[in-house]
Amino acid sequence: MNGASSRVDATSPKATAVPTTQPDSGAPVASRGVPWRWMLAGFTVLIAAVLAGLALGPAGISPAAIGSDLLGRLPWLGLGTSMSQLDATVVWELRAPRVALGALVGAILAVAGGSYQAVFRNPLADPYLLGVAAGAGLGATAAIAYIGASTQWLPIAAFGGAVVAVIAAYALGRSVAGGRNTTSLILAGVAVAAFLSAVQTFVLQQNSESVRPVYAWLLGRLSTSGWSDVTLIAPYVIGSLIVLLAHRKVLDVLRVGDDEATSLGVSVTRVRLIVVAVATLGTAAAVSVSGLIGFVGVVIPHVVRLMAGANYRLVLPLSMLVGASFLCLADVLARTVLSPAELPIGVVTACVGAPFLAVVLRRVRGGDT
Amino acid sequence: MIDIAAAAVDLGGVRVVDDVDLHVPVGTWTMLIGPNGAGKTTLLRAVAGLVDHAGTVRVDGVDLAALGARARARLLALVPQDPLLPPEMTVSEYTLLGRTAHLGFLGRTGARDAEVVRESLVRLGLLGLADRALGSMSGGERQRAVLARALAQQAPVLLLDEPTTSLDVGRQQDVLDLVATLQTERGLTVLGAMHDLTLAGQYADRLALIDGGRVIAHGRPDQVLLEPLIAHHYRARVRVENVDGAPVVLPARAASPR
Repeated sequence: MNGASSRVDATSPKATAVPTTQPDSGAPVASRGVPWRWMLAGFTVLIAAVLAGLALGPAGISPAAIGSDLLGRLPWLGLGTSMSQLDATVVWELRAPRVALGALVGAILAVAGGSYQAVFRNPLADPYLLGVAAGAGLGATAAIAYIGASTQWLPIAAFGGAVVAVIAAYALGRSVAGGRNTTSLILAGVAVAAFLSAVQTFVLQQNSESVRPVYAWLLGRLSTSGWSDVTLIAPYVIGSLIVLLAHRKVLDVLRVGDDEATSLGVSVTRVRLIVVAVATLGTAAAVSVSGLIGFVGVVIPHVVRLMAGANYRLVLPLSMLVGASFLCLADVLARTVLSPAELPIGVVTACVGAPFLAVVLRRVRGGDT
Repeated sequence: MIDIAAAAVDLGGVRVVDDVDLHVPVGTWTMLIGPNGAGKTTLLRAVAGLVDHAGTVRVDGVDLAALGARARARLLALVPQDPLLPPEMTVSEYTLLGRTAHLGFLGRTGARDAEVVRESLVRLGLLGLADRALGSMSGGERQRAVLARALAQQAPVLLLDEPTTSLDVGRQQDVLDLVATLQTERGLTVLGAMHDLTLAGQYADRLALIDGGRVIAHGRPDQVLLEPLIAHHYRARVRVENVDGAPVVLPARAASPR
């Protein structure tokens, strides 16, 4: 948010002198590939989270039954299914879309947050900071309060509001510093977000009756989703994920600063524009359906970084897996803790995520000393 | 090799580099000297394409303004004055950043890249430290890591902006010796900026004294390191002695009445 934190990478600890002469030991130069054991662990956690999301709920259905039913649905195996029609409907028409939506939303929020942190070299950056949340919130609120739009238009209004907000923030930030100064871009985002939030509060207050459906959306929810929600956002989210992951190595170059990255051959302004645009688009698509699920974009990349190191070529793919798993599990909690009532998932992500970050922070920082 | 013609840079409405013409022949080393705020760093940054400038900069006859960042990075490697070193990044990862402009589609690292990184680490005696984090290294080691990164760029031109600040005199000599060796071994053309006039004179083939954004004097060290010139432009009291054929610039304290 300020000059100091935007150069967080520069804060190198006071070096301790060590002997400079080292024999040519022939030590292998570390390969630049993704460390596969981390990715394997990430996939394992994701599969476990998906199974938990399918199996857990008010109606108890065992993972084994789900597994055999899944195999039974594969046409070329010719196995029958032992699952009752009702259970199958619960699993495949109610829970499976929620799990898929949770995985998509968690993945893009985490990857977009990590990408924002890289291009702004600021550990607190994520799309919400440039106005995605405030713009989506105002778009949704205004559409329902003034145009009288039905709730099915809410995602489109939210998406439009989010995109407009970030374009405004980007234009404002660029007009100040020509796109070279990331701090002014973030400040512009903070200004736009604060303004839009204030307008949204005003609209909510003036129309407290008609905007009731917006409240649930503002707190985040995966609850009303069917497969149509999933197929609506999947192309945007998956496309964004592919583009952002393809940039993961360039993001590592940006860690040495704009000037040096330029002298190393990176078109910094262009990379920043592409990454911000794509991350914003993916996030806007996600929140348009899921509502304003906070905390994931900032916390998941940090947890990943604390556990697996700061290289974006690992942080981004691992954040995708951990973010997807995290939101699946948060949704399980959201619909089981007060069953049959549901908690807003935004409440769960913050209540579970904040202590989790604190634990990881303490463990890793404690291990350093 | 490097041809700077009528270069001018305005920063915040102030002309920092003013109509500079400078020619650096291939395989030679030119050091820019001059007082603080003379425009040395800005001139280097203009050559590196990091600030907008008037006039032309050509390398090997190619106008740099026509090149994108990637093509430029294959011609020029920059060692910045105050490099930003991510503390958790390892030396080999950092050196690999030098290959950015050579990597294939989506940043694929080829066998050639790994080989060049290894060569650069060997050349700078860093192979044993390849997996060390930058944050745990001494100032001299870090400066060698920055040089390794620049070397991995395999660019024919090396730009050095104050490469020896914050190093002790022995490490300063280490770094400059390394640059001198690389210059001969690989035929590098070197353009640098430096405050230590004696060291600059000992290592560079030519010096260019810059003040107020203009080139005041340009030539062999013994032609530029002259008492009246230094005294005037640095507003300093100095004596220049000839030691073993090379000029040594000594600061002198004003005589104080006792």
